Amino acid sequence: MHGLYAHAAPYVGYVYPNETVVPWGELIVIYPYITGLVAGAFIVSSFYHVFGMHQFRPIARFALLTALCFLLFAPTPLLFHLGRPERAFNAVITPHWSSAMAAFGYVAGFYLVILTLEVWFAFRPEMVARSKTASGALRLLYSALTLGSDDVSAAALAYDHKWMRALAIIGIPSAAGLHGYVGFIFGSLKSREWWSSDLMPIIFLLSAIVSGVALLAILYVAVWKLRRTELRDDCLRALAKVMWAFLAVVLVVELLEYVEMFYRAREGIGTIMQLINGPLRPGLLIQAVGSASAFAVLTALIVSRPRRKTFVVFLTASASLLMIAVLAMRWNVVIGGQELSKTMKGLIFFQPQFLGREGILSSLLLFAGPFVVLWILARLLPPWEEGGQVRAARAQ
Amino acid sequence: MDEEEDSQRRQQERRDFLRIVGGAIAFGATAVTAHNFASRDATAADGRPQPAPAIPGYDWSKHRWAFGVDVNRCIGCLRCDVACKIENDVVRDPNHFRTWVERYVYLEGERRPRIDSQADPQNIAAAGSDGDYRFDNRYKNAEVMKAFFVPKLCNQCEHPACVQVCPTGATFRTKDGVVLIDQSYCIGCQYCIQACPYGARYLDPNKGVADKCTWCYHRITKGLDPACVAVCPTHCRIFGDLNDPASEINQFIRSNRVQVLKPETGNGPHVFYAGIESEVS
Repeated sequence: MHGLYAHAAPYVGYVYPNETVVPWGELIVIYPYITGLVAGAFIVSSFYHVFGMHQFRPIARFALLTALCFLLFAPTPLLFHLGRPERAFNAVITPHWSSAMAAFGYVAGFYLVILTLEVWFAFRPEMVARSKTASGALRLLYSALTLGSDDVSAAALAYDHKWMRALAIIGIPSAAGLHGYVGFIFGSLKSREWWSSDLMPIIFLLSAIVSGVALLAILYVAVWKLRRTELRDDCLRALAKVMWAFLAVVLVVELLEYVEMFYRAREGIGTIMQLINGPLRPGLLIQAVGSASAFAVLTALIVSRPRRKTFVVFLTASASLLMIAVLAMRWNVVIGGQELSKTMKGLIFFQPQFLGREGILSSLLLFAGPFVVLWILARLLPPWEEGGQVRAARAQ
Repeated sequence: MDEEEDSQRRQQERRDFLRIVGGAIAFGATAVTAHNFASRDATAADGRPQPAPAIPGYDWSKHRWAFGVDVNRCIGCLRCDVACKIENDVVRDPNHFRTWVERYVYLEGERRPRIDSQADPQNIAAAGSDGDYRFDNRYKNAEVMKAFFVPKLCNQCEHPACVQVCPTGATFRTKDGVVLIDQSYCIGCQYCIQACPYGARYLDPNKGVADKCTWCYHRITKGLDPACVAVCPTHCRIFGDLNDPASEINQFIRSNRVQVLKPETGNGPHVFYAGIESEVS
């Protein structure tokens, strides 16, 4: 070969020559994944703040912080992916409204404002307390964060609570909107058979919630164990139930999507079958087996009443399976859609890169980002219910 | 008593004022949005009409360009590929094309055609270098029932999906019917590349922005033919102005049964093909 273009992908059948360079890679797989985790984590905190589900009280504030950290990183894969990242703001300065992408900055920005406000109200008592007890730079930081309001009387806290409730009520449709919208970016394209589907936004949204709840379940178990605080049975069970319910619906909708596609059997269905049995087979297997086995385990957990330890082990296992399955689903949509040629007469085999701006390493680093920021934020603004007492006890 | 009435009146006034202002804002926003959606051509990203390009002696409102391809004449020499790459500074490799040619071959006893093009590994090997393009001789000893070449290029659609999805408005449709890219404004998100059903767009790896065929806009606005049309030895590529009844493109469309590619997308492509069949898409 004669120094072929480095990123050219091999193919079978007939594909347009320009298609041998796959436009969207690993970073665009990670992007809807991160956005989805935001939606899921936020919904859990809203279950407590809006619907008064007290089982979620221990993790309500932690879920808010988690959502915020992931939202902060949601635009980063896009930024890394752009051919001209320094011009990213052109889409915000002069949005071309007929583009599904143009509103991203505004939708995400609006949601960021809602989330930040809610976090501020949720952690105001801590900020006020610490602005009085901390010393040096931290004291300045906390004082600045209080925005000059240090009233933590019962009346003021009740007022805060009212605001949080209102923000959470606005936040639920915003979270749903943000992620349904990500699904629309793919589903609205008529050029790609694998994406062009009315169910796409719904599947994206529901699987997003599943993955976000799964993330919280894993973090709840891991972080609480690390901090040697006791896990609460009712919280664990509620997480399992919410995960189960959303998973049940998303499994049916995804199944419907495939059944409809096979049943309609439009021109090119043969190539779609080749895609499913070929390059996309591992991804689809991970998605299907992962979500089906997680569903079975969760069903068993909800029906039977195992000991706490067993429950925790299997809940964590099924949550991990679901996080992997949803990541595989994102891969199958984003990469799968581009592996199916627009000619419908050929397949392109995407070649993942490890290094480089758009490689797997970049994706991993960007995905690790929210966890690092969460670790720092949780130190600055401890979301633990018993925060004060535990620290006091340790100090003694 | 008077004071109370007074304050009530003032409150009422304030409410009325807010209602009017709110209504005005809502109306304005709706109007702007509706305008942005409604005006499909020659509008900048913010919805203002674009200023006409400063091309001496050229009035873009007086032309409506169109392209014709007479498939029966194409011999697959690929001079068009090379001319285009030189004229438009396209990356000289087998994976980035503003125009390319597809070969359709029906072998005796086979019902579906075998299709290949410039990205085919055997053709790449036959060409001998990244900058040259050639169809190899793989069917030399085969029994060929039917074969033809199909040149492809940007269809400069009436309702281009690429323009619809561009988040910045960097890509736009001109008054004379050509879709262009402002490469100094494109952010390289590649959504347009995904949206084009014809695979006509690619990311220029050196510039980090989208690129595609412009029908050599810099030439046609000076009265010249696009480079691929100019070099075609068999005159299978036809270019001209639909507004001119005597133009060659109008004669071509009148004297042939022409069709466009993938009409079901609703994009309204403006490259007219004579002599293709349904396997070509």
